[in-house]
Amino acid sequence: MTTLEFTAVVGIVSFAAGLLGSLTGLGGGVVLVPLLTILFHVDIRYAIGASLVSVIATSSGAAASYVKEGFSNIRIGMFLEIATTFGALLGAFLATRIPTNALAIIFGAVLLYSSYLSRKPRTLAERNLPPDALATRLRLNGSFPTREGPRSYNVQHVPTGFSLMFGAGALSGLLGIGSGAVKVLAMDQAMRIPFKVSTTTSNFMIGVTAAASAGVYLSRGYVDPGLSMPVMLGVLAGSLLGSRILIKAETKSLRLVFSLVILVLGLQMLYKGIWGHI
Amino acid sequence: MASGAIPPHPSGFKPQPWRDRRIEIILGNLLRAGVLLSAAVVLCGGVIYLWRHAHEPADYRVFRGEPSEFRSIPGVIQSAINGRGRGLIQLGLLLLIATPIARVAFSIAGFLIERDWLYVAFTLIVLAILLYSFVGSGIGL
Repeated sequence: MTTLEFTAVVGIVSFAAGLLGSLTGLGGGVVLVPLLTILFHVDIRYAIGASLVSVIATSSGAAASYVKEGFSNIRIGMFLEIATTFGALLGAFLATRIPTNALAIIFGAVLLYSSYLSRKPRTLAERNLPPDALATRLRLNGSFPTREGPRSYNVQHVPTGFSLMFGAGALSGLLGIGSGAVKVLAMDQAMRIPFKVSTTTSNFMIGVTAAASAGVYLSRGYVDPGLSMPVMLGVLAGSLLGSRILIKAETKSLRLVFSLVILVLGLQMLYKGIWGHI
Repeated sequence: MASGAIPPHPSGFKPQPWRDRRIEIILGNLLRAGVLLSAAVVLCGGVIYLWRHAHEPADYRVFRGEPSEFRSIPGVIQSAINGRGRGLIQLGLLLLIATPIARVAFSIAGFLIERDWLYVAFTLIVLAILLYSFVGSGIGL
């Protein structure tokens, strides 16, 4: 393949990944790394570098529209970012030291888990939970707009959420993904933050988390300009389009398709990692 | 609350996180401007790069690591000034990475205005980790 053809095809695939990732809320990075390594035979380290950069573009590009809706809680985000950025730094340093087939196996496991998580019906955060002492001290409780007026929420299990966020950050730094699935798990399931607040706050956090490991990747030579250019531009365009049509689209069947794609990619990554084809 | 210039939320709800919503909207717009600027720089670099290298084979099978000029801030800036396509792309990517860092830095100002010292401290910790990742990884050298 010539550079021109390669750029065009990778750009189109990245656009599709960004569009689907934004429509389903699962993020584009999680499918991009396996697609680049399996379909285009890109070394996993180049793929991770390019994906990480596109994660920052997606998160920052969508932030402006989320802010206007008043869902995200900047205090929850900033507090938890202490955990995610620290984890991301650790993950990035680990990524440069562990063998690539181990990276592929971890990636496969994360994909299988994300696929399972996206099919699991989410438990609705119970209303009127009593305020938690630590969450109150940290001023994490808030409210968000609904059709029936503002609804307030009390954040629970702060230490569990904080630890999960450290893990999410480490995975993000290790694999070059936004790890939005783990972030939402920490906020939605552990801390009992309403789903809309969880997803929008998670989106705000993803860019900052990715920025913490991007410096490490760039200095280690993982970020190739020729590869990152079509990936970053494609994912950004796809996710911006996705966030515009999100309100109208029927996402339920789309989520099913996307989670099956993630499942297949996860199995392929595991296979490649175990049999050493990476 | 001095938010007269901002149209109220459709549901009439006044969000809590920042008492002054203007800070949040400014931060959101800052992020979007940063992303669009970096995408424009990457696109310019991409056009130059493809113009010169369109017919060369693309091969990323073997990891060689980038040359040192694409691995540090001074190297990238020098390469971009020399009009190299890949240098410009890399400069755009550096701008992209700097965007969320700038947002964190500006958030400190927001929490200072609210006199929320706890969150000024939290934000400073996050900023310190982000800056360490740049300095500690040797990218600034």
